[in-house]
Amino acid sequence: MNKPLRRVALAMMVMVVLLMGNATYIQVIQASELRDHALNKRTQYEEFARERGQIIAGGQSLARSVPNEDNRYKWLRTYPNGPMYAPVTGFYSFYYGSNGIERAEDKILTGKDDSLAFDRLSDMITGKESRGGSVELTINTAMQEVAYKELTSKGFSGSVVALDPRSGEILTMVNAPSYDPGLLTSTDNNEVAKQWNNLSEAEDNPMANRAVSEIYPPGSTFKLITTAAALQNGYQPNSKVETAARIPLPGTASATLPNYGSNTCRGDTLTAAVAYSCNTAFAKIAGELGPDKLRETAAAFGFGDDLQIPMSVAKSDLGAMADTASLYQSGIGQRDVRVTPLQNAMMTAAIANHGKLMKPQLVKNTRSPDMSELDTFQPEEMKQSVSPEIAHMLREMMIQSEKYTKGSGKISNVEIASKTGTAQHGDPGDKPHGWYVAFAPAENPTIAVAVIVENGGDEGAEATGGSVAAPIGREVIRAGLQGGG
Amino acid sequence: MPEPAAQTGATSGAPRVLTRRGTELFMLVFAAVIVTFALLIVEISQEQTVTRDLFLYGAAFLVLFGVAHFAVRRWAPYADPLILPLVALINGIGLVMLHRLDLAEVYGGPFTGKQIMFSAIGVVLFVLVLAFIKDHRTLAQYGFTCGFVGIALLALPGLLPASISEANGAKLWIRFGPLGSIQPGEFAKILLLIFFASFLVSKRELFTTAGKRFLGVDWPRPRDLMPVIAAWVLSIGILVLEKDLGSSLLFFGIVLVMLYIATERAVWVFLGLSLFALGAIIAFNLFDHVQARVNTWLDPLAEGAANDQLRTGLFGMANGGMFGSGLGSGRPYLTSWAASDFIISAIGEELGLVGLMAVLMMYLLLVMRGLRTSLAVRDSFGKLFAGGLAFTIVLQLFVVAGGVTGLIPMTGLTAPFLAAGGSSLLANYVLVALLLRISDAARRPQTPAKPKPKQAPIAEAHTELVERPR
Repeated sequence: MNKPLRRVALAMMVMVVLLMGNATYIQVIQASELRDHALNKRTQYEEFARERGQIIAGGQSLARSVPNEDNRYKWLRTYPNGPMYAPVTGFYSFYYGSNGIERAEDKILTGKDDSLAFDRLSDMITGKESRGGSVELTINTAMQEVAYKELTSKGFSGSVVALDPRSGEILTMVNAPSYDPGLLTSTDNNEVAKQWNNLSEAEDNPMANRAVSEIYPPGSTFKLITTAAALQNGYQPNSKVETAARIPLPGTASATLPNYGSNTCRGDTLTAAVAYSCNTAFAKIAGELGPDKLRETAAAFGFGDDLQIPMSVAKSDLGAMADTASLYQSGIGQRDVRVTPLQNAMMTAAIANHGKLMKPQLVKNTRSPDMSELDTFQPEEMKQSVSPEIAHMLREMMIQSEKYTKGSGKISNVEIASKTGTAQHGDPGDKPHGWYVAFAPAENPTIAVAVIVENGGDEGAEATGGSVAAPIGREVIRAGLQGGG
Repeated sequence: MPEPAAQTGATSGAPRVLTRRGTELFMLVFAAVIVTFALLIVEISQEQTVTRDLFLYGAAFLVLFGVAHFAVRRWAPYADPLILPLVALINGIGLVMLHRLDLAEVYGGPFTGKQIMFSAIGVVLFVLVLAFIKDHRTLAQYGFTCGFVGIALLALPGLLPASISEANGAKLWIRFGPLGSIQPGEFAKILLLIFFASFLVSKRELFTTAGKRFLGVDWPRPRDLMPVIAAWVLSIGILVLEKDLGSSLLFFGIVLVMLYIATERAVWVFLGLSLFALGAIIAFNLFDHVQARVNTWLDPLAEGAANDQLRTGLFGMANGGMFGSGLGSGRPYLTSWAASDFIISAIGEELGLVGLMAVLMMYLLLVMRGLRTSLAVRDSFGKLFAGGLAFTIVLQLFVVAGGVTGLIPMTGLTAPFLAAGGSSLLANYVLVALLLRISDAARRPQTPAKPKPKQAPIAEAHTELVERPR
């Protein structure tokens, strides 16, 4: 019987070797896939057991982890000035995942990024608890604060986005109303669920990132793109344009398109049309150019691009523009034209930067746990939106426009170039959105800003971009130029 | 007093035979040290305090297995010196892991107290088996009795109402109200082993007789197939009545291997495996719970609650990685039933691949020592019985560890000595005591002075033993 016994011994060895091989497969080869699996709670617990890196801007900590008593979650995320920076930081919740920079830069913050491999290794050898790296943002805290206070102190819903036109750095990204991401970081499931439901069911939608994920009709701010298209197609600043108080919409029975207040335009040049925001002039120009040229110019300013800042940005779009009537309306930023506040800021920044559109970015650099720099983001040219000559013409028109724009907050020794917008959005008893896009100083721009105040702010149906949005934009520019330019 | 004489090697002519009991004691102390340090690590990482009590636990562990050691010294002095320390170490690691899980307050616990109690009772049974069974060959005389009792025990939970026999979808238990429950199948396993060993030894000529030659293989005669068919019916019966895939696989595997050892003909294994495959296919098509297990096995990472246990177990092993999170620093409590079936994943998580390999190696060493015993013992019954016992341990390990690591569909078995479970612990201590009893017989020096009894039936063992050593 010894021969079969020896074979059985061999079979036993094979069985154990199979078990070992399978264990090796799971714990070594398949391990990283399993660790990163969406259903793997352990990895999540591990992340909460490790000190997550900070999100920093202007020397301030916008998000950091503090030690917690509970052994299962050793660190808790806190957000000093949570609501002010929520559109940037996003939240980091055990039960609801994460968004914003918390999500986009998760690998750095948890320390899993390849650039932190050496730190992980040295932590492993020295037996130190491994920590995550930090992310420094391009946000200018002075401007962010002013923008947030301007919007919230008046009780407005809306958004402010400011860029450095030269580099594409995002200086300000504010939403109102906002929310405190700190409400979602508790380890008490019920508590967090309650807060989550409150926030997600709130009527004014505080968790929506208005700056990058909501799209609005741009109203008259879109005339800058129509103007750019016109200048690219034979128009000059002093070209004669339509001045009628209202014009019929082709293809409709009796519908007309009026100027603001149904007035005849006060000048007959393209420059005057921009300065006085003449609807009829731009409707006609759009009709003349046709949908393709409008689309082309809009695309050159970033419409329809898939953009990561590093969060995803909603795509701005012109709509179908199927007939002349809709083309007329699209030319003045109505009908189906939709933009994000960031897109409007990008358009303004491109004009400010001699027609060159820089890729917007929110992350200045990433840092290892000991704060040494890992990776610094370089300014990146996205596209040449218009030629420098045309950009220069647009700038002159915007300087004129700012002169005729109402509203407080003008800065005495700084020249601003701007365009307002008052966008109807088809609600019954329409309270238009007030827009203001601007850059300053006009001759050597360092700040480009886009402001939207939803539903006319405190002025309701009477609001214009100039009256509700411009003062906010100017305050933000002032903060940028004086506070921490 | 022949024993001391053998130890000192005073007798001049005969070769000196070492009992190796000193080695065994040394290894037991070694196991106690490992277990104590493992406990120390758990306490440090969980409670952040270390008390002197820990060393008392270590000492108690040593005393418990010291008792077993002296029983071996007294009643089986020539037994293999590695078997008991390996069992003690596996049991000790299991206890540490259970204690660690108790600190995490997992569902179903606490386990440690019960497990310590059953370990102690297990050692008592171990001592009793060694004390009362002086010669394993006497068991062969009770072959049929063992067989009947075994089948009765095995079938009992399947026939009892579900209220006192069913848990987690399998009817394996007999519950005695608040007193606890036993799994009669665990004991039936040993009884059936005895039956098969004695039956096959007495009838082995029958099975070696070839029937027709077909496809180049000598097929057994149809009537000789009866035992295999009986075993197949038995295992399918378990599958149907008790919804227990693991035991079904275990019994069938044991029968096959013993048939193979007894007859030395591989055709039995092929026949048996094909029969089992057939049964498995039928069962898959007939029973939902079999289908569920197979589907889980095919896609353990799929969403849904059905495979939650396997999935979280695999996640645990993956997060443990090569070196593990360290004892007490992982999250084995996230996997349900981490104390019983999934203790293998818990070890993989906290001790890493390295630790899991070490545990698997301990099992491999244990069964290899068992098989060595089987090779060395001179009587056919002992050979067959020891081989069966060793194979039982490894098959049980394979079925449970393969199940929880996704190698084979998951079934309900527990890792011997490691997992929580009183019946399993008691039965396996009896199993090891029997193995040591056979081992003692195998290694005991021959006394050539004694004339061989005329009726000794097994001449073959002698010739082989003379032939082999080189």
